[in-house]
Amino acid sequence: MTIHFDRKQVHDDLHKPNAPAVLDASMRRAVEHKHAAQAAIAWDALRERAHEIKAYSIEHLDELLVRFEREFIARGGRVLWAQTADEAASRFLEICRKHGATSVVKGKSMLSEELELNARLTAAGVEPVETDLGEYIVQLAGERPSHIIAPAIHMSRQDVGSLFERKLKIDYTDDPEALSEIARLRLRSRYLEAGVGMTGANFGVAESGTVVVVENEGNGGLSSQAPPVQIVVIGIEKVIPTLDDLVVFLQLLARSGTGQKMTTYVHHFLGPVDGRAMYCIFVDAGRTELLADPIARESLYCIRCGACLNVCPIYRRVGGGAYGWVYPGPIGSVITPSMIGMEDAGELPFASTLCGACAQECPVKIDLPHLLVHQRARSVDEGAASSTMENSAVSSWARAMSSSRGYAYAVAAARIAGVFSPVLPWISSAVRAWSKQRSMPKVAAMTFKDWWSER
Amino acid sequence: MRGGPVRRLIELAHMSRAGTASDAYAPGDTVALFIPCYIDVVFPTVGKAVVSIFERLGVDLDYPAEQTCCGQPAFNGGHRKEALALAARFADVFEDYKWIVVPSGSCGAMTKRFYATLDPTSKAATVGARVWDLATFLVDILGIVDVGARFPHSVTMLDGCHGRRELGCTDAARRLLRAVGDIDYRELPAIEECCGFGGLFSVTFDALSTSMGSAKCANALATGADYLVSGDSSCLMHVGGMLDHRGSSLKTLHLAEVLASR
Repeated sequence: MTIHFDRKQVHDDLHKPNAPAVLDASMRRAVEHKHAAQAAIAWDALRERAHEIKAYSIEHLDELLVRFEREFIARGGRVLWAQTADEAASRFLEICRKHGATSVVKGKSMLSEELELNARLTAAGVEPVETDLGEYIVQLAGERPSHIIAPAIHMSRQDVGSLFERKLKIDYTDDPEALSEIARLRLRSRYLEAGVGMTGANFGVAESGTVVVVENEGNGGLSSQAPPVQIVVIGIEKVIPTLDDLVVFLQLLARSGTGQKMTTYVHHFLGPVDGRAMYCIFVDAGRTELLADPIARESLYCIRCGACLNVCPIYRRVGGGAYGWVYPGPIGSVITPSMIGMEDAGELPFASTLCGACAQECPVKIDLPHLLVHQRARSVDEGAASSTMENSAVSSWARAMSSSRGYAYAVAAARIAGVFSPVLPWISSAVRAWSKQRSMPKVAAMTFKDWWSER
Repeated sequence: MRGGPVRRLIELAHMSRAGTASDAYAPGDTVALFIPCYIDVVFPTVGKAVVSIFERLGVDLDYPAEQTCCGQPAFNGGHRKEALALAARFADVFEDYKWIVVPSGSCGAMTKRFYATLDPTSKAATVGARVWDLATFLVDILGIVDVGARFPHSVTMLDGCHGRRELGCTDAARRLLRAVGDIDYRELPAIEECCGFGGLFSVTFDALSTSMGSAKCANALATGADYLVSGDSSCLMHVGGMLDHRGSSLKTLHLAEVLASR
């Protein structure tokens, strides 16, 4: 599956009435709320601390994961390990079969999207039921979440109204409260019927073996507690050392994601109660590829708050769909190439101006522009994205820039052939792209260099 | 009992406030001009404006004629080998200078910040650390806010992202502009948002680039200013190119050109 950043999406979306404007307005609101929420606390100090804790955690995953496992098992939980998405989905299905579950209620989990769990469960005859309102909407629509914390952000309430009318065979309404109530009533019975309840995890606390899940709708609590069996799917990078560390992240996460001081619910799952069963499936699925790269490793510090998407001028214009896989925005463009393979996603890191707004907002201070450039270099080294034409244009240009004579030659050529010239076919397509909406810059009659030498 | 440690603390505070000998500009120190390739070829008046500002301030200038491109297009494009070669070349050309000043936040960030990420132990990282963008050099190093310019027009400022986020030169540029005689400075709405240039991005993702550019044009026009001013000619080439294509009367100027006006 080769991903091409969907330029058509860019085009269509820009011309679809309201679509980019609605998304852009929502994202702006989210950033405003974040700024308001972070103003009252020692934001920079917290970010610094969070970065340090994550750096330590990622360097000590071997110890922390084992510690978590020991503590979690001691309380009667079970821990499973999965190297790949396939393996994780298989483990999940085995648990469903063992407990005779025919349906699974699901809290919101991006990892579940990576595993394509809904499709795999459905194929095996187990019905997945998304209970987060946004996820419920995109599941009904047969789509993929377009934002990591706001899955249906690309849809207007009118879109949702028509979708409910069509799929649920009810009268049209676009009143948000009415729509929420419709979903709530339909989901209520599903919690009680389900054999298994699943959630993701925001953090795994190693010292106590605690799974921490934050949410606002209460569906995470119901999904995890109503069915007799609870399964947590958790990425191996989510483990942090202590409950004191957790306090740092809880202050950052909700503020960055939704502009709340704290989410409505913060669940601390400590293992099964009263004869129920609880499983943790720790999933690699490409994370060790990131871990093995000393620079890209920093992307594992991500707490999936969505702040880098909200502020990204590219994401705001195209939405999540254009990025082609589970994680959109700046963080997606960094991690996707390593997780699914550079040969399939080598174009994504180029879909950025490197403006750095993402790094400025990141609550764990991930240097996203630096990581994007790093992934671009890997992409070029592996021949994944840049064309032969571009490569040869760049190397001729660099050769020209390596001597005064080459530079003078390039300037002379630019005078004749338009700016920045040496290799023409690639240049001419660039000139075409530039000129659609922009006047071409002109080479000056006399360069600064010549002016200086003659003064 | 208190005298010793307290005296030592005061000494230390004085030392750190005064800076060490190597990071303070001494009158007579020569400044090497780093004039980015596209400024040399497309916007030479920007380079000339920088020369005229420094001459007015009595700062000794040199322009190492061997300089070409800092390598940023290769670096941003993921072409590390070419970027490293051009970084090494930059270091050779500029190694004898203690002060290097560039009228660009973007090329400034390339040399001052990104050379070190390419190879922290390289000569390029050491030499690149001596690069200053024009605004920061004037305000923070020379301590000059009023450069004796006069520009009786309304202006708004397009802030290049690299200058803003990598070098932190926004405030210096704004202070310099506000101190210009007879100027009517108007803050650009959403000044922190990228104009969409992004180097090669401007042609490989042209629809997105011009979509971002449109927003920047709209914000600039909303100020009603006569001039859109920036410390980066590259961003201006893109936004100015869009304004010109649309037949707008809003003109673009580099910060240096405003500061050179009298």
